[in-house]
Amino acid sequence: MSQKIHSHLLDNGLVLVAESMDWLESCAFTLVLPAGCARDPAGRHGLANFVCEMVQRGCGELDSRQFSETLDRLGADRSASVSAAHTSFGAATLADNLDDSLGLYADLVQRPLLPESQIEDARQVCYHEIQSIEDDLAQLVMHEVRRRTYGDPWGRSSQGTRESIAAVQPGDLRRFVGQSYIPAGAILSVAGKIDRSRLCDQVQSHFGSWQGQPQLELDSNVRHAPEYVHLEQSSTQVHIAVAYPSIPYNHADYFQARGAVGVLSDGMSSRLFTHVREERGLCYTVYATYNSLRHEGRILSYAATSTDRAQETLDVMLAELIRLSDGIDESELSCLKARVKSALIMQQESSSARSGAIAGDWYHLGRVRTKEEITERIDGLTVESVNQYLAENRPSNFTVVTLGAERLEVNGPQEE
Amino acid sequence: MDFKTYTLENGLEVVAECNGQAYSMGMGFFVNAGSCDETAKNSGVSHFLEHMVFKGTPKRSAADVNRELDEIGSHSNAYTSEEHTVFYAAALPEYQSQAVDLLSDIMRPSLRESDFDTEKKVIIEEICKYDDQPPFGAHEKCMAAFFGQHPLGRSVLGTTESVSALSPEAMREYFQRRYSPGNIKLVAAGCLDFEKLVADVEACCGDWEPFETKRTTQPPQGEAGFDLIERPSAAQQYIVQISGGPSAQEPERYAHRLLATIFGDEGGSRLFWALVDTGLVEYAASGTYEFQDTGITMTVMSCHPDSAKDSLERLRQLQTVVQTEPITENELELAKSKICSHIVRRSERPANRLFAVGSGWLQRLQYQTVKESVEAYQRVTVEDVNDIVAKYPLDQTATVVAGPRADW
Repeated sequence: MSQKIHSHLLDNGLVLVAESMDWLESCAFTLVLPAGCARDPAGRHGLANFVCEMVQRGCGELDSRQFSETLDRLGADRSASVSAAHTSFGAATLADNLDDSLGLYADLVQRPLLPESQIEDARQVCYHEIQSIEDDLAQLVMHEVRRRTYGDPWGRSSQGTRESIAAVQPGDLRRFVGQSYIPAGAILSVAGKIDRSRLCDQVQSHFGSWQGQPQLELDSNVRHAPEYVHLEQSSTQVHIAVAYPSIPYNHADYFQARGAVGVLSDGMSSRLFTHVREERGLCYTVYATYNSLRHEGRILSYAATSTDRAQETLDVMLAELIRLSDGIDESELSCLKARVKSALIMQQESSSARSGAIAGDWYHLGRVRTKEEITERIDGLTVESVNQYLAENRPSNFTVVTLGAERLEVNGPQEE
Repeated sequence: MDFKTYTLENGLEVVAECNGQAYSMGMGFFVNAGSCDETAKNSGVSHFLEHMVFKGTPKRSAADVNRELDEIGSHSNAYTSEEHTVFYAAALPEYQSQAVDLLSDIMRPSLRESDFDTEKKVIIEEICKYDDQPPFGAHEKCMAAFFGQHPLGRSVLGTTESVSALSPEAMREYFQRRYSPGNIKLVAAGCLDFEKLVADVEACCGDWEPFETKRTTQPPQGEAGFDLIERPSAAQQYIVQISGGPSAQEPERYAHRLLATIFGDEGGSRLFWALVDTGLVEYAASGTYEFQDTGITMTVMSCHPDSAKDSLERLRQLQTVVQTEPITENELELAKSKICSHIVRRSERPANRLFAVGSGWLQRLQYQTVKESVEAYQRVTVEDVNDIVAKYPLDQTATVVAGPRADW
């Protein structure tokens, strides 16, 4: 199974990245637009999300219902999401239906109808989304920790507020599409059973005449100071979120950072699972995960537990994060290597997983890391190299957010 | 693609779909044990036992089990449902023998008291987690309302009280009633060496003592009704409804799933266009579940508390309309495309085939290729779906509403 990855830059700036997986019957694509909520104008937070809802309500020759039914007939399982940096649309279908599906999304990004008759319905959808997150305490606490650790605009959540959604006018929608649904900075990734040269032709014919002015880069100016915030809520559990700085995905030491967080949280023998859950029975859910913007990264960690055990849970979590800088051992690293390698191979069984992964790689690196390269980098990790990284990048400057019935104490060393 | 089976003398059955083209394999022990085998007194024991299975054996400590699962690079987990408990691992083919050795060892757990006490706390946190989470117990309450005294009406997790009261002895006694080799299947899918699999299973599980197991369930009577859960701090109102459907044994289940897709799929369904697309509610969708003796359609809706009564009324109207305005050919074709494309794409991962093959064998002693599954859906006609509408009316439901509204 040698990996076949191709990229092709269209004249208008759109990049096509394709991975051929001949052993599959399916195909998946991800269309990533430089239309993230970090681009929402002041007073209009939630606009990217509103637009994402509206463009799916008809495009080209098709109204909302025809668009949806055509995709259903193609058996296309689809997704749409908005992050700080991007609006992304994805679809997975059987390989024969790829071309037709791509054509529909070409209409969606270039010729959305934005029907005024549907704006109020879409606005209601946005209100509902804001309200539903209020009941999802785990998501709420993670939103808050992201907002604080990444600052504005990169830490924003995409939903906006009731007030900012109420303020959105039809002109805002059209302006946002004009400025951000553009080929420069957009990535179209395709993975699965494809014919490379036919795909290039198809993409050229669907997207070749797409136009738009490139956007200016957004700034980032975040301070890394420790912070603790408690949000009062009459819940059964206290939800705990911890964030601390890490390096971005495009950094030369990325694999050292990834190895370190893997020791914390990958698999059933990882440190957080073992010391917080297995040995002490403090919680059901506990994890830490690596997260990256293009210019900076974070480790985000979460646990939820009953109020009377929340302080102990936070203490043990923070102690494990801090202890990481004392180093990892050989057996932890070898487990991690085995897991990463099997995950890499299993990714080859899913066109959707690959299409998402290669789009992400292209955004962060301007190229795709092959399976061989990742295997080599993972094999090259040693206890010494990870420990040296950890000694130079000690987990510190924690942003802690808790949500629940009682405020906690953040104990132990905080600032580097 | 070869389907193979083998039965050990003690009754343990090995069932495998071998696909030499696959890159990985999935394997799991599927046990005929779930909350429907429990009583009010030991409610939650199946799920608690599922956790305890990972807590070590005479040969391995809990830490050994977790470490070895990671050492073979496996993605492993377990789940408990009303009728089954499943322990599984997805791994690369080179680890096949190690996976058998490890998974079969943990199926004979020590159930040590100190581990039991620590794990009990984890289970209670799991129960608390769901207590904080939408739909705030409405799912369990609706199952209880619909199934009444039938064991399917009992929560899989149990309650804080029932789990707190469980003893290691009660769990051992339950294990001795359900985990007989004849009541367990080892299911595998993907790139497998079947002969080696059988030899390894013989070596690892051949000495398991068989004993008698019996599942005594009666076909339940679905009951309509209405209940309210008050949750003053919730932002939205949540509505859960259950109506009847065919069991896992009945061929009508294909038409039933198509009906649920037409009526209530998350996108492109009657519920979607009438309620979600228009912004009336946040979420509204229906899905089907099949059990040994019965099946259900479950509909879940969330909306603003102020409009919740109107939204429920709209939902009821849509359910009534299905009875009078028959399903169309176009709706059926769209639903078939969605389901069949989904089946084919899912089947590309051996870990997904594992569950399809395993549940088919557990529920029906029947193996179906991907092609046969797709054909079964393709054969369904509009008349078949409209027959389901008549036989299992969507408007005869148990309904539970949870959220801030105290008046209803």
